[in-house]
Amino acid sequence: MRNLATIIIFCLVMAPVPLLIQSDFWITWLTLALFYAYLGQAWNLLGGYGGQFSFGHALFFGTGAYCTAILQIHFHINAWGGFVLATVAGGLIGAGTGWLVFRYGLRGSYFALVTLAFAEVFRILANSFDFTGAGVGLLVPLQPGIAQMQFESKAGFFWLLLMLVAVGLLFTWWLENARFGARLMAVRENEDAARALGVDPFDTKLRAIAISGAMAGSAGAVYVQLFLYIDPNIAYGPAMSVEALLVPIIGGLGTIFGPVLGAFALHVIAEIGRLAFGEAPGLNLVLYGILLVLMVLFLPNGLFGLGRVNFSTARLRRLFKRGSHA
Amino acid sequence: MLEFSILLPAILNGLTTGAIYALIALGLTLIYGVLHIINFAHGSLLMLALYGVFFLHSLFGVDPYLALPIAALALFAVGYGLQRFVIGHASHGKDENILLVTLGLSVIIENLALYLWRSDTRTIETPYSFEVIDFGVAFIAVPKAIAFIGALLVAALLWLLMTRTDLGRAIRALARERQGARLVGINVEHIFAMSFGIGCACLGIAACLLLPSFYVSPQVGHAFVLVAFTVVVLGGMGSFVGALLGGLIIGVTESLGGLFLGESLGQLGIFLIFIIVLLFRPNGLLGQRV
Repeated sequence: MRNLATIIIFCLVMAPVPLLIQSDFWITWLTLALFYAYLGQAWNLLGGYGGQFSFGHALFFGTGAYCTAILQIHFHINAWGGFVLATVAGGLIGAGTGWLVFRYGLRGSYFALVTLAFAEVFRILANSFDFTGAGVGLLVPLQPGIAQMQFESKAGFFWLLLMLVAVGLLFTWWLENARFGARLMAVRENEDAARALGVDPFDTKLRAIAISGAMAGSAGAVYVQLFLYIDPNIAYGPAMSVEALLVPIIGGLGTIFGPVLGAFALHVIAEIGRLAFGEAPGLNLVLYGILLVLMVLFLPNGLFGLGRVNFSTARLRRLFKRGSHA
Repeated sequence: MLEFSILLPAILNGLTTGAIYALIALGLTLIYGVLHIINFAHGSLLMLALYGVFFLHSLFGVDPYLALPIAALALFAVGYGLQRFVIGHASHGKDENILLVTLGLSVIIENLALYLWRSDTRTIETPYSFEVIDFGVAFIAVPKAIAFIGALLVAALLWLLMTRTDLGRAIRALARERQGARLVGINVEHIFAMSFGIGCACLGIAACLLLPSFYVSPQVGHAFVLVAFTVVVLGGMGSFVGALLGGLIIGVTESLGGLFLGESLGQLGIFLIFIIVLLFRPNGLLGQRV
């Protein structure tokens, strides 16, 4: 219940922010942080709770983005309809990839490899066909208004993403208390033991990757409406995949609030990096890489782990003290 | 019906490229066999090696083939250091963490290169760059022929190292049974780092063999990453002969795919193999287990 209360408080605090802050810069900044939080939530579901580390979440993000862009440009389908279809497309690609990989119980290195390779292949494909705009990319026509998910004020996107993040938070909260979540975490901890207890690892992981893919796909749809542009490198390039996994790793893997905390922390750090080193191509990704290595080396449980580790060592010390007295 | 005279050069060309793929994949599969992780920084390290050889040539006029021992030693040192001081400390009991670190390293190396050297494509010119050997039915560029022979020689040397030396025996022992190897007195951390170093040294050699007939750019690793991964998956993770065989198969597939479908879609043949292997033989042609 404490987690649910925190979720509600978080939303209540965040919701009026665009009314209080007039600066477009900061609202855009917060909107982007929320976007990456949402993308991180998608990754966290599969990587944090399911233990399946995807190195190519851009695969789902990019598919969602292209799906909604192509539907609008070539078929004149409403952006909200595109959003729904992009979610479905992301989920289907997720399920397809999962089916291919999980069928033989391939995990760890193998799973990371296949997701990375698939994202790379989709990048090559998007680069070579005309209906994806090839290397030039796709420009979505500007049609301001809520009807096309192109809000006239910056606050519109902020609220849309806040809603999605809230859904993500509620979903992970439900997950932590649901049978499905228990099965998923059992698979993460020990697949063979989970199977012995009657959990079907294939089925469980397949559901997780489908939901995770659907979330990332919908994130792609929002991204396209926000920037009105997509090209193969943005959609399927490594940058999006790295951000998707970096956000929950910084915040705390397999925690409800990890992705949100991680997204805000990451963007504060990225902002500092921009101020310190200027806007050179590639430098922000160098910073992300360094962050990833440092986090894994020194804080494998993320920022949330900081609190947990201290707590547990304190408890251990107390236990030891009691032991020595006895 | 396609003329034999078109098909044969394509196959020969594919074999020469395939030998280089095999060499790169050998490094990858050696690291996988011992450490049970995929080195996601493999492509970026190859790119780094290519830049090293490029600058040796353009700044100091060192011939790429003469740079071979320098590149191999330098990459060995980089690999040894990375494993010993960075990657080895990352696991915290979970292999996934090592994966993340190699991914982080690849992102750092690649984007630092992009920042330092921009995304320009660079090539070198050597007196023998455009020489060809006439095989009667086909012409093969001299650098490609040298690369083919060189890659096979290195593979043979590596095989000798693995089967005939104490180091090789220690590496194989470690690949089989970590605890047991430690119990019989093998310095596990040192051997891990040696394996990683040797795997990277293969990249240094590959870079020297590649550069006379290839180019270098910060993204050049991408071109090889997918290919090398496919080779390793096709041949079977951790299998030496598999990597060699897989490399040649992929090289020929790419060459023939390019001939029939055009350059950019030729890569799809590789992807198709990747999916088919995953579907029907996830252990690869010669792999024992995943």
